[in-house]
Amino acid sequence: MSAPSAQLLGEIGLDPSWSHIIDVPSHDGQIHRWHYLDRPGLDNDAPTVLCLHGNPTWSYLWSRLLNELNEKFRVIAPDHLSMGFSEQIGPRRYRDRVADINDFVNALGVSGPIWLVAQDWGGAIAMGYAVAHSERVAGLVLSNTGIAVPSGRKAPRLIQISASGGLHRTITRNTSLFVRGTAYLPGAGLSRQQRQGLVAPYVNRNQRDGIAGFVADVPFNEKHESFGDIAEVAAQLPNLKVPVRLWWGAKDPVFNDDFADDLMKRFTDVQIQRVANSGHLAVLETSIAAFVERTISQARSVEPEEIGAEGSSETLWSRIMNPSRKDTLAIHDGADQSSVTFAELDSRVATFAQALVQRGVEAGQRVAVLVPPSIDLIALVYACWRIGAVTVIADRGLGINGLGRAVKSSRVQHVVGIRSAVVAARTLRWAPRASLIELKSLQNSMQLEGLNQLGRPEPTHEDLAAILFTSGATGPAKGVRYTHGQLGAQRDILQQVYNISDTDSFVAAFAPFALFGPALGITTGLADMDVTSPATLTAKALDDACRATRATMVFASPAALANVLKTASTNLSSLKLVRLVMSAGAPVPIDTLRQMKQLCPDAEMHTPYGMTEVLPVADLSLQQREAVGEGLGVCVGQPVDGCHVKIVAIEGGTTNLPTGECGEVVVSARWMSLGYNRLWLTQQNARFESDGLTWHRTGDVGHLDSDGNLWIEGRVVHMIHGSHGSITPVPLEVVCEKIAGVKRAAAVGIGEKGVQQLVIVLETDQAKEDIAPPHFATQVRESLPDLDVVAIWETKKLPVDIRHNSKIDRTALAQKMQKVLSGRSR
Amino acid sequence: MKVLVTGAGSLLLAGVAQQLAERGDEVICFQRRVVEKSHPNIAMFAGDIRDRGSVTEAAIGCDAIIHGAARVGVMGSWEDFYSTNVDGTINILRAATEHQISRLVYVSTPSVAHVGQAIEGDIASPATIGRKHAHYAESKAQAEILALLANSEQLGVVALRPHLVWGPGDTQLVGRIVERARQGRLVMVGSGNALVDSTYIDNAVSAHIAALDSIAPGSRCSGKAYVISNGEPRTVNELMSRICLAAEVEFSPKHIPAVIARNIGSVIERIWPLIRKDEPPITRFVAEQLGTAHWFDQRPAQEDLNWKPQVSLDEGFVRLADWFRSQESF
Repeated sequence: MSAPSAQLLGEIGLDPSWSHIIDVPSHDGQIHRWHYLDRPGLDNDAPTVLCLHGNPTWSYLWSRLLNELNEKFRVIAPDHLSMGFSEQIGPRRYRDRVADINDFVNALGVSGPIWLVAQDWGGAIAMGYAVAHSERVAGLVLSNTGIAVPSGRKAPRLIQISASGGLHRTITRNTSLFVRGTAYLPGAGLSRQQRQGLVAPYVNRNQRDGIAGFVADVPFNEKHESFGDIAEVAAQLPNLKVPVRLWWGAKDPVFNDDFADDLMKRFTDVQIQRVANSGHLAVLETSIAAFVERTISQARSVEPEEIGAEGSSETLWSRIMNPSRKDTLAIHDGADQSSVTFAELDSRVATFAQALVQRGVEAGQRVAVLVPPSIDLIALVYACWRIGAVTVIADRGLGINGLGRAVKSSRVQHVVGIRSAVVAARTLRWAPRASLIELKSLQNSMQLEGLNQLGRPEPTHEDLAAILFTSGATGPAKGVRYTHGQLGAQRDILQQVYNISDTDSFVAAFAPFALFGPALGITTGLADMDVTSPATLTAKALDDACRATRATMVFASPAALANVLKTASTNLSSLKLVRLVMSAGAPVPIDTLRQMKQLCPDAEMHTPYGMTEVLPVADLSLQQREAVGEGLGVCVGQPVDGCHVKIVAIEGGTTNLPTGECGEVVVSARWMSLGYNRLWLTQQNARFESDGLTWHRTGDVGHLDSDGNLWIEGRVVHMIHGSHGSITPVPLEVVCEKIAGVKRAAAVGIGEKGVQQLVIVLETDQAKEDIAPPHFATQVRESLPDLDVVAIWETKKLPVDIRHNSKIDRTALAQKMQKVLSGRSR
Repeated sequence: MKVLVTGAGSLLLAGVAQQLAERGDEVICFQRRVVEKSHPNIAMFAGDIRDRGSVTEAAIGCDAIIHGAARVGVMGSWEDFYSTNVDGTINILRAATEHQISRLVYVSTPSVAHVGQAIEGDIASPATIGRKHAHYAESKAQAEILALLANSEQLGVVALRPHLVWGPGDTQLVGRIVERARQGRLVMVGSGNALVDSTYIDNAVSAHIAALDSIAPGSRCSGKAYVISNGEPRTVNELMSRICLAAEVEFSPKHIPAVIARNIGSVIERIWPLIRKDEPPITRFVAEQLGTAHWFDQRPAQEDLNWKPQVSLDEGFVRLADWFRSQESF
């Protein structure tokens, strides 16, 4: 096989000067000719990054890393023998391939520590090399690979088919099916150039010999020659003390989450970043460079141990057991008019807890709770908490696909749910190896009187309690981990900010919030509504729920309140008794609050601000909001007691900017979550230490005014970076929404960062999808006299998140506008 | 400063000559047909750019050259385009060397780097050659490459590519759109939503003067090409409709799909010259130009030439409307 031509390398996006040929004296006594890519590094003291591809690929697999990794590192990517443009020497055993890498490294004369970055079976070879030469290896970054078939699982079917008898040669050698199939495996998708690059060395049969040999060396049973060698390496992995980081394409049908879990168990210092929208070739589909760089730089410093806020030490369930509240109404469900007292709730929680233990649920295990909002849902969640299980709470508000992705990404050991949900979890393979527990089976078990009859140890406040999910308005929903102490602290701050006492009771039209009722020790009402669609809450259903619980507080999303107003009649006597209305999740229009105030004349209207990761951050009453008036963006009020808020420079700032200056909002609080789940890089980017506190980057941009009010101007990722500087979208939208006939407006940038052009999209009543008529265009431009608005588009409906129906997906909108304004589509 | 301006018959270069004269520079206007001079500082020199002798003679004593003489349109043979645009430029380069002139502004066109794809926020990419049927773009590209290659320690060369120039008196863009709209023959290629850069005439003029002032051997802009525009991209639809509004003619174009327009355009630009003598209604280049986005990063031009557009689009359309009204009153 001859070296690839400069023209080919150029076409597929590789610098021809990186391509080299070397004759390597081999441990087998011969000399073999290798092809490899070698990008020199600028810093001689930086470690060398050695990339090992798998099958059926070649060093091209690392083209993105070679192009994108910080220039200080030298990056070397060889083609394994008989693969890519290296010499064809026929089939080669695993043991030899590991020794080959040693030969290659020695021939190249690489000095200093080596970071191995490897994918697919390259990962197994890398692990073999690391075990054999641990003194040279500084760490591993592995992507969609494995060292053994995880227990309870069959070998990856795709490879099994490819490796099996008759079909083996047909698939791997005689046709290009295997090579091309790999390039088209599910995931984020590759560009035409990348697919061309992957298949470049494998255009004819003889060139595919190596692939056939490689696949044949995958040991599927103990009789295989390489089985013992691989098993030996696997057994030694726990002795490797170097950092190991996994970059895992979640859509890989071959090396799926089971393989990731298997590896996670084998190493001492291991972290994972799960890439939700990517597949087997995640290293080519997505940019892994930042991950590799962060991994290397963190390993060179001492990684701080994960310390979350300590939170509260009062358990979440203690108030359910309060003897003086035994006969008080604990929960009323407006959907079926059922009710329980605190004593009855105590009994149900205890009964569920015991039944869960009997069904094999252990402390520390993750449990997906797929039950619609009801007394049973609340009881089940508290039961899980009490026995130390971690509840995965993904509400239907994420949509069925979002819910599935959330459950899948959490790697739950158990699914507890109503029948249809359990069936869905099974048939949609959300949790193929989890035990499936039907709610009914728990209800039929032996009744306990209360939690003090449950002879099980309680979890500590440092133990994990729940994984909650972000709304996914900006990318796939992320799992957020909370400890018992952090959830307890969240309960305490809500109690403090809203002056909640025993005499209060509340109606929650937003399911996750209803869970706090029993922890607060107050009566909780569930309104009769379709939880997947907040806009189905009617005024009557809300009033009925308030009557049944004598509610003093109401919590509902802005969309739900809007529908309450739409369906309001004169006869809503119970709403009149409410003292507090809270609405959150998305910006609440001031008119909604003003009109709610008419329905609940004695109530204060409050809008807490926060996010799944930290809630609440700030709070604003209607009264304060009227007093503050207008400004740049949306005012969300002053930080609540005990919550620290700083405005820092976007993209990595850690120190406070001067008052009034716009930057990223970062927060710190006792009730802040522990961090993300299986998203190591995301977590590293989102958290930092400063002033003795752990801070969370919210991803929101805004400023603090001289009165200490926090103003939100949009999301960092939605900022518009034009040639005259960067601007935030929300202040522009606020201005455009004043134009008569405009329901909502969105400001987006098109083009590359630095030269982006501003486009305004208007949501109007009678809109068709088109360039807005001149009168709108003129008014928009007059409203924004200092900015150049290149186009004004009109639409019926802006893209919004499913859960709140109100967070605008400006990223998707920008992509759409870019396409429209390129002339490629209408 | 004494400046040789070629191609001063065009709206853009006539404007450049006028401005230079007004600010006190001595201007030699080199053109085929001598017209009445509009300023005492302007001298007329009648000559053919293809004639080396007259070019050399015209350049005597000049400090700088703005070279804008070119054969435009789609009519004519390759030899016609080559001799005017490429040989003409070679004559200019020779004259500059002969008279030790150290500054040259080459008036180019965005079509020299046009490959039919959308351009969104890019800087001017190098001119490409090898087109088969677009004689104008091909000859301008070859000439731009030659001109920039001539950039040296003795001669500073900068190329400007003004993007869709329009304004009062413009017969190319404004004139044709208004004429077609009046006849009810206005055609919109594709959706009309492609975002394109355009340049108000006064800004195109001031950019060339700024380039003249910035260019010198070894200066920041020497040896480089810049796309010039207002830096306010708009949809094709908006540009055309506002031109029609200024001219007070109805804007109701017939839409034709981009693919069809391109195909019609390529057929027409080959057949038309064989059967007609006037300019064809559509060419492949125009179809592509109006069917896909074309807007550029204006920072390099503004920074390197120390220039900023002075007339905004809004102001430009007001002036265009005033001009149309003044035309009617005659």
